[in-house]
Amino acid sequence: MRGMVRRPSRFAEEIPTVGIKPPPSTKLSTRLKTGLLRDKELLIMLVPVVTYFFIFHYIPMYGATIAFRNYSPARGFAGSPWVGFTHFARFFRSVYFERLMVNTIYLNVLALVFGFPAPIILALLLNEVKTKWFKNSVQTITYLPHFISLVVIIGLLREFTITSGLVNDIRVMLGFRRIPMLQLPEYFRTLYVTSEIWQTIGWNSIIYLAALSGVDPELYEAAKIDGASRWKQTLHVTLPGIQSTIIILLILRMGRMFTIGFEKIILMYNPSTYSVADVISTFVYRSGLLEMNFSFSTAVGLFNSVLNFAMLLLANRLSKRYSETSLW
Amino acid sequence: MSTLLIPFRKRGLSGNTGTVPPKFKGIKESRGYRTFQFFNYLGLGLLAFLTLYPMWHVLIGSISDGRALMRHSGFLLLPIGEISFRAYESVLNNPNIAMGYRNTLYILSVGIPLQVFVTSLGAYVLSRKTFGLKNPVMFFITFTMFFQGGMIPMFLLVRDLGLMNNLLSVVLPFTVNAFNLIIMRTSFQAVPESLEESARMDGANHFTIYARIVMPLSKAVIAVMVLYYGVGLWNGWFWASVFIRNRSLFPLQLILREILIIQDLASMTQGVSGDEMISLTEAIRYATIIVSTLPILTVYPFLQKYFASGVMIGAIKG
Repeated sequence: MRGMVRRPSRFAEEIPTVGIKPPPSTKLSTRLKTGLLRDKELLIMLVPVVTYFFIFHYIPMYGATIAFRNYSPARGFAGSPWVGFTHFARFFRSVYFERLMVNTIYLNVLALVFGFPAPIILALLLNEVKTKWFKNSVQTITYLPHFISLVVIIGLLREFTITSGLVNDIRVMLGFRRIPMLQLPEYFRTLYVTSEIWQTIGWNSIIYLAALSGVDPELYEAAKIDGASRWKQTLHVTLPGIQSTIIILLILRMGRMFTIGFEKIILMYNPSTYSVADVISTFVYRSGLLEMNFSFSTAVGLFNSVLNFAMLLLANRLSKRYSETSLW
Repeated sequence: MSTLLIPFRKRGLSGNTGTVPPKFKGIKESRGYRTFQFFNYLGLGLLAFLTLYPMWHVLIGSISDGRALMRHSGFLLLPIGEISFRAYESVLNNPNIAMGYRNTLYILSVGIPLQVFVTSLGAYVLSRKTFGLKNPVMFFITFTMFFQGGMIPMFLLVRDLGLMNNLLSVVLPFTVNAFNLIIMRTSFQAVPESLEESARMDGANHFTIYARIVMPLSKAVIAVMVLYYGVGLWNGWFWASVFIRNRSLFPLQLILREILIIQDLASMTQGVSGDEMISLTEAIRYATIIVSTLPILTVYPFLQKYFASGVMIGAIKG
């Protein structure tokens, strides 16, 4: 309210600076000063957000330096002695290393290969549906699992795959034996990927449906006049039309390649399936939070983050070169 | 089979002329396309069934007779045995579930206002074209989407802040989601600039423009934020399991994990007599799922379009 009263007097001199850069000849310090003054209110409003990101994102980034130290709680982040790459070396030499790498990559590649195209296909199929109520109901229904908690999803998965569960009832009808699926390593990856698709296919298709509705209808008309069949139209009009959306999402997905799904794996796995289910982040969880090897597990986690970031850069670079679509 | 006759896209027909096209009955598509459409409808119908069936199974199981349910095998389409609400009785009388609900409601009531407020402030500033530090701040925020310190430093930080065994530990570290901030910023950018300019003429400062113009005009995106953050807080379990060791502070999801995944009988059947316990466990697990998922299941159909619109807004991101 105070501002309202005092503003008009300053207003005349304030207008020209808004949106117009001061002439470049002005000294940097002066420009900075006028800029800060002009943006004073905005800077105040920014304080909570910047504070949040600083405390809960940048301090942990600094905290990750304990990967190169022997962290002791008494000495804190900064006081613990440096040990260089000792923890990394220990991890690379440990018996777990190969298993963790294989599991992490295998599970994520499976999830990517089957999980990534699924919503695209769903969107393309839904796009062909011209019965409005049918399309709407399929959409509403398939979005739903996105909002069910992971705990409940894995609870459901348990109910359906235990020896007395529905999946085993069906197996018996088809002449197979009952098996405790969640206890068997050979079923873990299948269950992980199918439940993932079940939960996310609908929700992830939204963005593609939005992209599809943005494809210029005249292109279809033109293709039709040229005698293109429906399939040809999909191939030559629809897919190129949503290509950039697909690529952006693929890059983003690659950038999360090695982190996704660990909360779900923790709920799903048990010692009898560790051989296929244990990935880098679940190992970090057990070794760090359950066994309290802080520095060692931070090193493993940092290795994971760096791998992730490298994947993102690589994907972005490849895409820039071959498709001219990129994140930055 | 009117569904097999595919009308032209309406927009395509009306073209740029803006005239309303006559009711067009469509031309016959090729035989191959009609076969495709048949299987397309069939497949999509099957997908809808596969998505809904587990929830239906659980719902029907939860009101079925416990003993009959244990003997039953195969699909559950209608309740078996006499309809019984015994499982619900025990779930609703289970002090663990009531406690979990209370803790989760506390988390929601503190978390949602805080998250939406802080996110909207940041989104407002970053949606101002004239803000000089826009790009560096945007980078400061989006960088955290791609690189994180990791699980252990986060744990140590929260512990050092003295937030262990405090429900705020599952709220404060997640105050702002960078992606939500981008959604909100994109939506704020759509507020007509002329409104801001005329307010400025009347002497309004940024606080006033934020509170009196931008926020009241952004009810839809605020609703989306409330829903996204709310769902996130409601469903979160991992960090709660790390930060909260004191059982009386467990949010609902941790209680659910005991019942559904660890299958802790004591936690599940508190308040049920011994002999009834065994025959009821399956129905109780089902009833627990329903009771804990009910809030979202009931509001979901009405709010679905808001949920989806968030994705669209985020997608237009410049």
